[in-house]
Amino acid sequence: MPVPEVRTPVHVEGEVVATKRVGAHRHLTLTAPGVPERFRAGNFVAVSVPGHVARRALWIHRVRASSAFGPTLDVVLEARGAGTSWLAAQPVGARVPITGPLGRAFALPKDAVSCLLVGEGYAAAPLFPLAERLRERGCAVSLVVSAPDESRLLSALEARRAVRSVTVLTADGSVGQRGRVADHVDELLRRADADVVYATGPAEVLRASAAAAERAGAWSQVGLEVSALCGTGLCHGCPLPVVGEDGVDRVVRACTEGPVVRGDRVRWDAL
Amino acid sequence: MSAYVPGPVMVAAGCGGTGRELEPFAGPDGLAGLDFVTRSLTLDPRAGGAGPRLVEVPGGLVNAVGLPNPGLEHFLATELPWLVRAGARVLVSIAGATMGEYADLARRLSRAPGVAGLEVNLGAPDEVGAGLFEVREPYHAASVIAAVRREFPSDRPVLAKLRPDVSRVVEGARSCHEAGATAVVIGNAVPAAFPDGRAGGLSGPAVGPVALRCVAEVHRALPAVPVIACGGVRDLTSARTYLAVGASAVQVGTALLHDPTTVARLRADLAAHHQEDA
Ligand SMILES: Cc1cc2nc3c(=O)[nH]c(=O)nc-3n(C[C@H](O)[C@H](O)[C@H](O)COP(=O)(O)OP(=O)(O)OC[C@H]3O[C@@H](n4cnc5c(N)ncnc54)[C@H](O)[C@@H]3O)c2cc1C
Ligand SMILES: Cc1cc2nc3c(=O)[nH]c(=O)nc-3n(C[C@H](O)[C@H](O)[C@H](O)COP(=O)(O)O)c2cc1C
Ligand code: FES
Repeated sequence: MPVPEVRTPVHVEGEVVATKRVGAHRHLTLTAPGVPERFRAGNFVAVSVPGHVARRALWIHRVRASSAFGPTLDVVLEARGAGTSWLAAQPVGARVPITGPLGRAFALPKDAVSCLLVGEGYAAAPLFPLAERLRERGCAVSLVVSAPDESRLLSALEARRAVRSVTVLTADGSVGQRGRVADHVDELLRRADADVVYATGPAEVLRASAAAAERAGAWSQVGLEVSALCGTGLCHGCPLPVVGEDGVDRVVRACTEGPVVRGDRVRWDAL
Repeated sequence: MSAYVPGPVMVAAGCGGTGRELEPFAGPDGLAGLDFVTRSLTLDPRAGGAGPRLVEVPGGLVNAVGLPNPGLEHFLATELPWLVRAGARVLVSIAGATMGEYADLARRLSRAPGVAGLEVNLGAPDEVGAGLFEVREPYHAASVIAAVRREFPSDRPVLAKLRPDVSRVVEGARSCHEAGATAVVIGNAVPAAFPDGRAGGLSGPAVGPVALRCVAEVHRALPAVPVIACGGVRDLTSARTYLAVGASAVQVGTALLHDPTTVARLRADLAAHHQEDA
C-alpha cells in the first residue's frame, strides 16, 4: 500500500460552531481555516487549552466542505482530565487554537478489497471518514464499533450508508453483542473475509486486531494513542517502538511517523 | 575574524524537532535566516528514554526525554543537508560522555558543510543520569569548551549552554568565555522530578524568573560576555524582559510545543518593535 503523502499542517484560531452531548461524549463542530481542506482520514488535531502547556490530541471525526460557517470539522470528546473537560464545556462562539491536520493518515488499498474497521469508544471517530473513502474505491466495508457500555459507543447510524455491515460490541452487553474486541475479532474477520483490518482505540484492541489480521494473512493498520505533548513532532515526547522496514528495532515519534502505522510493525511489549 | 553572535530569536535545543516539523509554522520565509539549534547530538545513536517522557505541571512541563537522536553520522547524512537547504543557520548542539567525544564531535562538525556554529550542552538537568560528562564544576565545563574550540574554526561561534544555577553561573560563564566560548546560553531545564519522583527537568514559564536572575547577574558581573537567554520565553514581553537586563538574544523552547508559531510571531513582533524604537 502506498504511504500517504504528508500534508502541511496549519496553526489557526478555530471557533466552536456547534456542541452536542451524546451519551458520555461531547461532539464539537469547529471552524479551523485550512484544516478541513487538508484533512485525510486518520489525521488528528492538537488543541491548546488556556493555562496548560501541553496540547490535547483529538481525532478528526468528519469534515464538511461547506456549511453556514464555511468548512468545519467535528471531534468527539470523552472528558477525563483538565483539558478535555475544559474543551467539552466550551460554548458556541468560543475560540480555540488548533493545529492540524497532523500525523500520518490511513493508507488506502489500491484495489477494491474487503476491509474490516474496528473502533472502540470515541476512538472509532476516524473510521467514519475512512469508511467513506474506502466505499468510494469500491471496497466492501464491515464496521465494528465497541465500547465498555452504551454511553461510550459511537453511533454507527451515520456510517450505514458507507458500510456493508455494522457490528456493535459492548463489554457489559448493554447493547449489541456482549464482549470485547479480542473475543470476537477473529470471527468478524473471517465473516468479512477481510484483506485489510483498520483499528483504533486502546492498545489492547489494536494489538488483538493486528494479531488476528496476521493470523488470517491480512494487512493491518492501527491508529495509536501514545501520550502526546506537542502533537507536532517538535518534542520527541511520544516514543513509539516499532520494527523498521529493514527489520531493525527503532523508536519513532507517534505523532509524526504515526499515529497510524502497520500493526505488524509495532513492538507491543515495549509500548 | 571573530564569530557572530546569533539572534535575536533562536530555536532552543530539542524543541524544534528535526526542523522539518517546524517549517510549516515558521512564517513566510520558513526557516530561512533562522538560528536553529538542533536537539543535542551524540556520537552514537540514542533511542531516548522510555515513556512517559514529559508531563505537564503548573507553569510548564517536566521532561526526561533522554536526548533521543540518530547519532552524528545519520544527522550529517540526512538532517543537516535538509536544514541547510531550508536556509536555516544551523547551530548543532553537542553532548558527550567524555571530553574526547566532545572534541570528536567538534572536529567532524567543523568539516561538515553548512554548520554555522556549535552549542555545547553543559547544563543538562541530570547529566549523570543521561550518561553525559560531568560538568558541574566550572573548571570542567571550561575544559570541554577549550577542547571544542581547538577543533572548531574561530570564525564560527561556539556557545556554552549553562545550567541556570545562580550559585555557579557567573563563575561558569567567566571560565567558559575565557576558554573560548563566543557567548553563553543561560539556561536549561531546571533539575526537577516527575510526580513519581523520577528525575527530570522543569521548563516553560515557571523557570523564566530563575533564568532571568542568572542572566542579570552574569551581565552585571561580565558585561563583555554576550549572553543568550533561555527559559520561559513565549512572547514579546518575556523576550524583552531578558533583553532589558542585558541578554543579546533569546531562545524559545517549551513555548513552541504549545504554539508552533511562537518563533515566527516573536521575530515579527521584535522587528516591529525595533522599527517603533527607531
Ligand atoms: C492521536 C490521538 C488522538 C486522540 N483522539 C482523541 C479523541 O478524539 N477524543 C478524546 O476524547 N481523546 C482523544 N485522545 C486522547 C486525548 O488527547 C487525551 O485524553 C488528552 O490528551 C488527555 O487530556 P486531558 O486534558 O483529558 O487529561 P490531562 O490529564 O489533563 O492530560 C494532560 C496531558 O497528558 C497527556 N495525555 C494524557 N493522557 C493522554 C492520552 N490518552 N493520549 C494522549 N495524551 C495524553 C497529554 O499531553 C495531555 O495534554 C487522543 C490522543 C491521541 C494521541
Ligand atoms: C522536550 C525538550 C527537549 C529538550 N532537549 C534539549 C537538548 O537536546 N539539548 C539541550 O541543550 N537542551 C534541551 N532542552 C532544554 C531547552 O533547550 C531549554 O533550554 C529549556 O527547556 C528552557 O527553555 P524553555 O523554558 O523555553 O523551554 C529540551 C527541553 C525540552 C522541553
Ligand atoms: S508529541 Fe511532541 S513529538 Fe510527538
